[in-house]
Amino acid sequence: MIKTAKPVTSRRAFLKSTAAITGGLVIGFWLPERGGRAFAQGAPKAVHPNAFLRIGKDGTVTVIVKHLEFGQGVTTSLPMLIAEELECDWGKVRAELAPAGPEFANLAFGMQGTGGSSSVSNSWEQLRTVGAQARTMLIAAAKLPVPEGVPLKAAKDFKLIGKPTRRIDSLEKVDAKTVFGMDLKRPNLHVALVAHPPVFGARLGGFSAEKVKGIPGVTHVVETANGVAVVGKSYWAAKKGRDALEIQWDSAPELKVSSEGLMAQYRTLAKQPGPSAKKAADPNAIKAAAKTVSAEYEFPFLAHAPMEPLNCTIEFRGDSAEIWAGSQFQMMDQGAAAKALGLAPEKVRLNTMAAGGGFGRRANPASDYIVEACEVAKAIKVPVKVIWTREDDIKGGYYRPAYLHRVEAGIDAKGKPVGWNHAIVGQSIVAGTPFEGFLVKDGIDHTSVEGVSDTPYDLANLDVTLHTTKSAVPVLWWRSVGHTHTAFVMETMIDELASAAGQDPVAFRKGLLGKHPRHVAVLDLAAKKAGWGTPLPKGRARGVAVHESFGSVCAQVAEVSIEGGAVKVHRVVAAIDCGLVVNPMTVEAQVQSAIVYGLSAALHSEITLKDGQVQQSNFHNYGVLRINETPKIEVHIVASTMDKPTGVGEPGTPPVAPAVANAVAALTGKRPRVLPLGKTKWA
Amino acid sequence: MIKFFVNGEPVQFASDPDTPLLWVLRDSLGLVGTKFGCGRAQCGACTVHIAGEAERSCSIKVSAVAGKNVNTIEGLTPTNPVVKAVKAAWVDKDVVQCGYCQPGQIMSAVALLAKNKAPTDAQIDDAMEGNLCRCGTYPRIREAIKTAAASLGGKR
Repeated sequence: MIKTAKPVTSRRAFLKSTAAITGGLVIGFWLPERGGRAFAQGAPKAVHPNAFLRIGKDGTVTVIVKHLEFGQGVTTSLPMLIAEELECDWGKVRAELAPAGPEFANLAFGMQGTGGSSSVSNSWEQLRTVGAQARTMLIAAAKLPVPEGVPLKAAKDFKLIGKPTRRIDSLEKVDAKTVFGMDLKRPNLHVALVAHPPVFGARLGGFSAEKVKGIPGVTHVVETANGVAVVGKSYWAAKKGRDALEIQWDSAPELKVSSEGLMAQYRTLAKQPGPSAKKAADPNAIKAAAKTVSAEYEFPFLAHAPMEPLNCTIEFRGDSAEIWAGSQFQMMDQGAAAKALGLAPEKVRLNTMAAGGGFGRRANPASDYIVEACEVAKAIKVPVKVIWTREDDIKGGYYRPAYLHRVEAGIDAKGKPVGWNHAIVGQSIVAGTPFEGFLVKDGIDHTSVEGVSDTPYDLANLDVTLHTTKSAVPVLWWRSVGHTHTAFVMETMIDELASAAGQDPVAFRKGLLGKHPRHVAVLDLAAKKAGWGTPLPKGRARGVAVHESFGSVCAQVAEVSIEGGAVKVHRVVAAIDCGLVVNPMTVEAQVQSAIVYGLSAALHSEITLKDGQVQQSNFHNYGVLRINETPKIEVHIVASTMDKPTGVGEPGTPPVAPAVANAVAALTGKRPRVLPLGKTKWA
Repeated sequence: MIKFFVNGEPVQFASDPDTPLLWVLRDSLGLVGTKFGCGRAQCGACTVHIAGEAERSCSIKVSAVAGKNVNTIEGLTPTNPVVKAVKAAWVDKDVVQCGYCQPGQIMSAVALLAKNKAPTDAQIDDAMEGNLCRCGTYPRIREAIKTAAASLGGKR
């Protein structure tokens, strides 16, 4: 059962094993000693006793899960780490989501946060240690200080880790008993909807609530920093009230961005010199190439569109506040809420709710929907749930940025790459956020070039330029971040070079990956399982791609046909090396999930702007994959040489679009260079 | 005053007759298992049963269900063989991820299997394509429906 954990301060743990152990023990001093923390924000000095573990008198083991559960299965995989060392009955393990608190820091970030496919990898030693400490203390059956240097099991002794394990939360989700933020009930809870500007950055000129008066159930109309909120006793009252508002917005001409205009600007920029992310030893080497290929690639803005629309509930009590939200960045949101409410952070309790998807949207350094809810709550002083409609979500910004890439690559007579000039143009995801300090170096936002400047391919004279643009459109990370576009460009261009060299795409890649056995292993496995090189029915073709992200390497082979001018994907075979596998069922589920998510963007999804207005509004015009379009997906896990887990939630997304595009090229002879593929009629 | 039935119980709704059934279920009756996803019958998160058919409650005015019985995820009879088979298959195949769309998926799957114990792949697609899942649980939904069908004795 997923529950929102009770406040740490009121928690008392009474450890009682199935053996006759009496007395209460407190568990869990974990001092992260490792460096590399990104943030100093509330870096844990000592974790509060019992932060991660509570053992009931009936032997129930409740694990406090420090990460947000939004589908990726952390309420199963993180308890597995503790249970392995604790050697408790897995059937008695429960999970609770931790509230905002420094003891719940992601050790890879140095602050609380779920992202970067890091939930399991950052917890790997920490939670096994907690389990081992608890076990040591239980066996000693005495009030010991928390033992230091407890030995952890060798991998060969694992009983639970590595074993296919079903999710803890299946039954409650099947029975619709999980309480998402949207479902929260509180006494006297009001609902607010906020009218946002139709153009990003536009200011409120004025508004009239004349027509809102008399709508039954509407209780308040209040101005917020970014709009006008209508509050009511129900969603429908607030919705009708918001629809009845008459608002004048003032938008400066420079805010009236259009996607076409942006791409034209990007195209011009790509041809100009710019800040270097990687310098070629010999930038002129390409001039001696036997063959060169040059191409421009275009990627649209993308909305995350999680199934649960954004929402945040607040009870503002004047000198304190309590918040319920499915937050990926609990402490950052807590801090932003405190600021908006004029309270000290410790006066704001943030409860982590099970979230209906997120994909990065709930990890917003701007805490946009949280702060907005605070503004409403502060103004009306009644408990309120601010709900975004689907239209608010699709039109609300914080998109994967639009990008343009321009590549010129050359091979010698033997097909060996001799030069590769690569320009990337687009907005920075981290500029202006607290992440800027460590993700932007010398003007280069690492998230804009990851997957290109650090390519594993043996490319002589790789030269990478980044033009970081600015626009009024707010941007954010989106499942697999920079790899969403860089993998597409690298993997389709490599494919094109293979073709120019007259070589098999798998063999060509392997020839350039001599120093990267993990890449070669996943390529080999995916190719073998997909029947690479074996005949296909007429009208079908295969394409391959391989990409490393979040410490894992994933190769995919896609099988496609063209039906009525549209790309149809029949089968995707994936092979992944994600290090030491904690739960193979989670890995399979996450790779399937990442492929479906990536296919939505590959085939359908795009946010476009005209005169500053977003042209999409809901799922009828922001297309995402449906079951009838979902291919057969096979996931194979490579026995890894790594002794630790690496990322799982995201690495399956980057390879799917290029694998599909390469299959389309094999079938049609035309190289897809603009996403989504659904924009083009294929034949 | 609109009178209708929810999970067999009589209910009355005295407010705006244009209120979507979804919000009457969620806000007035507290039945939050039926989810809000899009508000325009595009995603299926709000799927309920009306006269045995899977319907999108976000796009049906409450006035349109006067005198009718609406079944929600909370009203699925646990002992009903189809319900039992679907839920068991969902757990067995470890279908759920975030879980937000799953009540709607299950309502659509139950409506399908109640009428057709041996759906083909195309029939599964037809019945389920109105239910979006951003976590991408579609391959497992397909498998689970086939598993449930098999356990119900459906043969193809």
